[in-house]
Amino acid sequence: MPSKGPTATERFINGIIPENPLYRNLLGLCPALAVTNGMKPALTMAGATAFVLICANVITSLLRNVLKPHLRILVFTLTIATFVTIADRFLQAFMYDMSKILGPYVPLIIVNCMIISRCEVCASKQSVGTAFSDAVGVSLGFCLGLASIATVREILGSGTWMELRVLPEAWPNWGIMVLPPGAFLTLGLLLGGWNWYNARREAKAS
Amino acid sequence: MEYIASIVLISVGAALINNFVLHYFVGICPFVGVSRRVEMAFGMGCAVTFVISIAAFLSWTFTYFVTRPGAPVTTWIWGMVNPGSEAVVDLSILNYIIYIFVIASSVQFVEMYLRKFFPALFKAFGIFLPLITTNCAILFGCLEIMKHITGVSSPAEMWGLDKALVFAVSGGIGFAIAITMMAGIREELDLCDVPKPLEGAGITLLVAGIMAMAFMGFTGVDRGLEALLLK
Repeated sequence: MPSKGPTATERFINGIIPENPLYRNLLGLCPALAVTNGMKPALTMAGATAFVLICANVITSLLRNVLKPHLRILVFTLTIATFVTIADRFLQAFMYDMSKILGPYVPLIIVNCMIISRCEVCASKQSVGTAFSDAVGVSLGFCLGLASIATVREILGSGTWMELRVLPEAWPNWGIMVLPPGAFLTLGLLLGGWNWYNARREAKAS
Repeated sequence: MEYIASIVLISVGAALINNFVLHYFVGICPFVGVSRRVEMAFGMGCAVTFVISIAAFLSWTFTYFVTRPGAPVTTWIWGMVNPGSEAVVDLSILNYIIYIFVIASSVQFVEMYLRKFFPALFKAFGIFLPLITTNCAILFGCLEIMKHITGVSSPAEMWGLDKALVFAVSGGIGFAIAITMMAGIREELDLCDVPKPLEGAGITLLVAGIMAMAFMGFTGVDRGLEALLLK
């Protein structure tokens, strides 16, 4: 089956920065806001999402010739739910404390719009290799997005990064940053910065 | 009185103190996407409340009777197949798949039912219904109910159907309150001069942050209410 549109390598690169799922497409906002009060939960979440996204993309791509159009969304969600159950059980078995912190947000990966949109847009039309590289690129982009928010929130909110102290002890922790409002404010401002930077770059290019 | 107090606490907790959108961050996609006009936002809020109640009813039934460890139906079937077996049957590994199935099919069913019997209502929130399948708020409601059935230390703390339904309905109402307020603010923002990079999602998230700060003011209201009701 000849693949249309960008090649596998282009898709991989596109997923990371130019078509970043979080900043560019505003997909997967729930985990981006909920688990980013520290770097470690954010990275664990990104890892779990990457696992589910890659596996679901590969399976969807293998199934693409037998999929019935009206049943495809159901098949996608059931595939995703299966892998989310695996990821959730794995976290509970080997990283119990982390799975307590992440709480309901691991099962909520099932309804992460980013994964369904990748299955729909890319994996259900492309060969396995293309779907795989697309999934890896998008996961890296998502990981970068989560890490950027978590960096700002953890450094300002508790003066640490990856639980290592970066700001002096005298730093007054901005409690609001690790609380829910801080998530909205950080993402809003980062999004503004991203748009401002992109607009300036485009103005320079033209 | 204790019963009424627990019901009131669950509903205030789900609707205001731990608002689905502003505290748990579920349902952010419609919160950012469908909050341009107040009527649309209100329609979305009503549709979510409607679907979340149905999904909560179904998921409570499935969790309580089929998938929790030692659930009656599964134990009965297991006993028929293996008479005299003492093993506790636990199907909770199937929970997520069952929930997503329940949500998708109940949305489909509600859509068909409304189209046939309430065409006016269908026109009002028909467009939102397919979107709701992937709304995290619904699945989050099911997961919280699951947590209060399988994750409790003693059977007495287990949520009955009444508490599960109260939780779901007030969670939906909390979502409706948040999204309608946001739509009202955004209608006013149309008249303001917002910096170009922040237009759209950026300013919505900043406003949501300020709203979340305001909703933090409800923290502790539950203690006061509890004291008042149990006095």
